[in-house]
Amino acid sequence: MTEVLARDAAHEAAGPAPTRSSRSWTEIGSEIGDRVYSWSITGFASLVPILVLLIFVAVGVAAWPALRLFGVSFLTSSDWDPVAGHFGAAPAIYGTIVSSMLALLVATPLALGVAVFLSEFAPVWLRQPVAFAVDLLAAVPSVIYGLWGIFVLIPILREYVMPFLRDTLHLGVLPLFSGPAYGSSMLAAGLILAIMCLPYISAVTREVLLAVPRSQREAALALGATRWEVIRDAVIPYARSGIIGGVMLGLGRALGETMAVTMLIGNRHEIAASLFAPGYTMASLIANEFSEATGDLHLSALMAVGFVLLLVTFAVNALARWLVWQTARER
Amino acid sequence: MTATSVRGSGPPSGRQRAVAERTERTIRRRRVRSSIMVGLMYVAAALAILPLLLIVIHLIRLGATSVNWAFFTQMQRPPGEGGGGMANAIVGTLIIIAIASGVGLPVGIGAGLYLAEKRVTMLATTVRFLADVLNGLPSIVMGIFAWELLVKPVRHFSALAGGIALGAMMVPMVTRTTEEMVRLVPISLREAALALGYSRWRTALSIVLRTALGGIVTGALVAMARIAGETAPLLFTALGNQFWSTALRGPIAALPLQIFNYAISPYDEWHAQAWAGALVLVGIVFVISLAARVATRRRFGAGD
Repeated sequence: MTEVLARDAAHEAAGPAPTRSSRSWTEIGSEIGDRVYSWSITGFASLVPILVLLIFVAVGVAAWPALRLFGVSFLTSSDWDPVAGHFGAAPAIYGTIVSSMLALLVATPLALGVAVFLSEFAPVWLRQPVAFAVDLLAAVPSVIYGLWGIFVLIPILREYVMPFLRDTLHLGVLPLFSGPAYGSSMLAAGLILAIMCLPYISAVTREVLLAVPRSQREAALALGATRWEVIRDAVIPYARSGIIGGVMLGLGRALGETMAVTMLIGNRHEIAASLFAPGYTMASLIANEFSEATGDLHLSALMAVGFVLLLVTFAVNALARWLVWQTARER
Repeated sequence: MTATSVRGSGPPSGRQRAVAERTERTIRRRRVRSSIMVGLMYVAAALAILPLLLIVIHLIRLGATSVNWAFFTQMQRPPGEGGGGMANAIVGTLIIIAIASGVGLPVGIGAGLYLAEKRVTMLATTVRFLADVLNGLPSIVMGIFAWELLVKPVRHFSALAGGIALGAMMVPMVTRTTEEMVRLVPISLREAALALGYSRWRTALSIVLRTALGGIVTGALVAMARIAGETAPLLFTALGNQFWSTALRGPIAALPLQIFNYAISPYDEWHAQAWAGALVLVGIVFVISLAARVATRRRFGAGD
């Protein structure tokens, strides 16, 4: 506010408001320039909400025929039959939830560990390289995770991890770890998603942890807390909502991640109890079937899946941002 | 510090000794637990970096064998013939990045300037929030959006639609970094320019924007690096092309699309090409990121 006043004052001082007739062309020119400048940046800024609106309208319009025809059953039916013209997205929705949850289950503890490590424990010489490496993890394109997953992760899962979980640990008695060890599976998709959303969670968490005031840590240390107790009792509770926001941002990533999942999940329209079985997510369903969609209704059904995805990710991201902002404001 | 040392008078009684021992034990247990947890943090950091190391190792081991001069100069060959390259896809990716930057940078920088200048207006708050939310939306949604508006009405896929879809993805990233960078420009600099009789728009463009340029360039490069490897939106817009094409109104090849198609194909030669393509793509992303780092360093170096 003071800045605005100062700027106005400066501006006034630069040219004491003359009467219209006595103004030089330069002044008129600069006033026109100011107007144009102000309008154009306002215009560019308004493009952002317009873009959001256009995204909703475009995806909504594309989805409308299928949504109108199937209504709520689109979300609950698991019948996906392009030939008969029946479309239900339940398996894809189920797969999206399961793979994202699996990803968060694996990624959250690791990401929190990395963030705490970087903000509290790491020796100074290690901080930069580790932070840089984790950031790089976010810069690797999705399709390369998919490529690596197909040729490296899946063989490892099929040959070692899945038999180990099922037979050696005898987890096969649970439906979750039973059945034949397909390579392309919910497990593969969940793990690759975990790797992919880890840097996002840890980046936000680190930022939030750095915002926790020193006095908070010092007070705990002064009371005789150990290094771990400082983190557990003084730092994390203070940063809690920000950390939850970070995890939700990671969730947003995981829900909508397309290429890597499409390449690893096996793309089968079925709700299977086992993590070893192939499945579908909303994003992978769209990506996989778009090019071979058999008709307008099929296309529209895919777009309807996209619309559901849009609504869910929008809500998750909005909530996450709100939580992170909340913490940042408390600084 | 035990109970004995506090009381300090005479030999400790049995009860005092018991208390002291118990305290000692608790402290030891807490120390051990703390050490274990700190150790676990180290393990977490190591585990988080492990996939990156593995990916880099595999990229270099499997990709380097197929990256040669032909890879950059020749077109793809049918499976069985061997050799060939991704010249069209590399050029296509560069074209798409250029279109995306042409669309995304002006809008992003303009919106960022607005946010930095008018911090508290209703529009500013809305834009800031929506930009952050937009940043997290799945890229495939951008693909659907561009397909519905730019591909479906004209009935053919195009490089232009692909570039615009990726440009839309750049907008929120560039907006936010521009805002942050412009805010770092000291207010005194702005006041000095205004006091010298500069009009507001010239102050904004030739003083404020120029001062913040290093940071804005960094932000722009980071955004470019992030969209360079995007694949999902291109499935709906640029589509890919087996042939040499630089026409903006027609389907165009792109490196990420080519990697995807080759990776899911059943041919070993194509798999090798996919790894080579991945290495080149990571190379492009890495070079852009490196340029971003250099731009940042120069900016802060000048300030010292």
